[in-house]
Amino acid sequence: MADVSLTNVRKVYAGNVEAVKGVSFDIPDGGFCVLVGPSGCGKSTLLRMVAGLEAITSGECRIGARVVNEVEPADRDIAMVFQNYALYPHMSVYENMAYGLRNRGTPKDEIDRRVKEAAGILAIESFLDRKPRALSGGQRQRVAMGRAIVRKPQVFLFDEPLSNLDAKLRVQMRVEIKKLQRALGVTSIYVTHDQVEAMTLSDKLVVMSNGRVEQMGVPNEVYRKPASKFVATFIGSPPMNIAKGVVRGPGAVAVGDVVLPVSDMAADLKPGDAIEVGLRPEDLIVRGDGSLTMQVDFIEELGATQLFHGTLGGAHLVIQAASGLVPSESKTLNLAIDPAKVHLFDVGTGARRGR
Amino acid sequence: MADSTARSHLDRPDILAHVIIWIGIAITAFPIWVAFVASTVSNQSIAQAPMPLLPGSLGWQVYSDVLGVGGNNRTVGTPVALMMWNSFVMAMIIAVGKIVISLMSAYAIVFFRVPFRNVLFWMIFVTLMLPVEVRIIPTLKVVTDLGMLNTMAGLTIPLIASATATLLFRQFFLTIPDELVEAAKMDNAGPVKFFFDVVIPLSTTTIAALFVILFIYGWNQYLWPLLITTDQSMTTIVIGITKMIDTSGGPTDWNRVMATAILTLLPPVMVVVLLQKWFVKGLVETEK
Repeated sequence: MADVSLTNVRKVYAGNVEAVKGVSFDIPDGGFCVLVGPSGCGKSTLLRMVAGLEAITSGECRIGARVVNEVEPADRDIAMVFQNYALYPHMSVYENMAYGLRNRGTPKDEIDRRVKEAAGILAIESFLDRKPRALSGGQRQRVAMGRAIVRKPQVFLFDEPLSNLDAKLRVQMRVEIKKLQRALGVTSIYVTHDQVEAMTLSDKLVVMSNGRVEQMGVPNEVYRKPASKFVATFIGSPPMNIAKGVVRGPGAVAVGDVVLPVSDMAADLKPGDAIEVGLRPEDLIVRGDGSLTMQVDFIEELGATQLFHGTLGGAHLVIQAASGLVPSESKTLNLAIDPAKVHLFDVGTGARRGR
Repeated sequence: MADSTARSHLDRPDILAHVIIWIGIAITAFPIWVAFVASTVSNQSIAQAPMPLLPGSLGWQVYSDVLGVGGNNRTVGTPVALMMWNSFVMAMIIAVGKIVISLMSAYAIVFFRVPFRNVLFWMIFVTLMLPVEVRIIPTLKVVTDLGMLNTMAGLTIPLIASATATLLFRQFFLTIPDELVEAAKMDNAGPVKFFFDVVIPLSTTTIAALFVILFIYGWNQYLWPLLITTDQSMTTIVIGITKMIDTSGGPTDWNRVMATAILTLLPPVMVVVLLQKWFVKGLVETEK
């Protein structure tokens, strides 16, 4: 087991393309860190640098006490699970899992013990003799994880491991990965573009955009206090509503002609300043005595919840509420909001303008 | 009623297709049949018109003469068995040599970041424009100067370098996903281990397909062996057949020539039959 720490890690490709622009963070021993961001944000490149598959242009990558910048991938004591599984097609499941150990000169009976043990954990004992092509996507994914587990590495690296699975299996495997990581207690770095995976799996969430870290922290904190408009709209589904607004005074902003109370507002904002107002769909509460009135355009029925599409003060909004609260033919909704749940962002930089 | 019309609608093209196939087979197979019949009858029967179309009784005699002795006393006296052995060894060395060299050069071109990688690839590629026939005089000079006339080495080495096979392996290697290479790196498999443990097992069908093509290519070589082998003990079978035909105007033992032709057909046919399963797979398989 070991902690992982990155210090000012940069990656510059030929042609002066800067894919990762100086990233620093630490993952404690046994921690589960998820790197999330849109495609091209540098998250995979960062993971591959930790893996040793990409050279680090500058900065330092440390695993445990050891700086690994110049260490070969095989000697970093890490294991990686790839998006397309990358199983050896001509080897049986057993051989796939044993290959890395065999190459390290592990004794045969030890290999056998470890493979059987990992197969037991992952419930794949019954296909140890099969070739990968005879397995389903979910089973291949398990084998790929088995190949990582048998090595008993210090760090697990996951590169979008669930994106080739269908939706149902993805949810199931997500839970299993989380359980497995807890049980084994191995420090893990997980790359995904799926914010649900990111929220559910991580105990440290790193949101990346354009080669930079936008925000990192505990998932709930990132969700509740997004550091920028980018994070606010990227994390959460349906995404946070963003409306153009104007500062009215301390603790009040206006969206069109609707005035909203705000408790978290930067002190240097003056009345008349343009601002962007962020409202989570579930933070606007449908209440008969609510002071805000939204015009409803249409309703999306999701079963447990409903999504109301409409306008408030001229801005387009999506509101999420439990089903059955409002008759489906409603043309207006009365809403209330907690002043603590109104987020303000700078119009130019998108940075949070809170205290 | 409706059912039967539907059936006949399906049946008619089927029968037509079979008729066409059988006509095609007959056209292809007839000369071989004639050669076989000719190898089992006397020379007088061959010379008479019409030539018989059913096998005669001399077959065993002719084949054992040819294998043990060769042509008649006015032409070559090299036994066909020896010439077939020479041809077999030559074809094997060429096929195996080409595959080994091409596997290694394609591996280097695809998986390593060597300087001027593309230039190297194009240099190999350009040699496609220089087959043996084009460079035959300089090659002959080199081989002669090295004292490799009438040796197996002289017979095979100039034919081994192969751009075609390198190109084919390169195309196949490019389909191996990068992640597989990376997974192998994680699994502590160095380049040599990766080559033998992953690349070669994945290439077996391609190797089999190439072996079939290259073995036949080697077996059918005519011009180069004609130049390089003057010693009768090094004669290959394809050369041997032509030498059995008396060009000076004397009578040719056509039954012996035909028997030799039939024997010459056998090894390539065997190779195709034995490897055809992999051969077809290697040419059509895309799934990795």
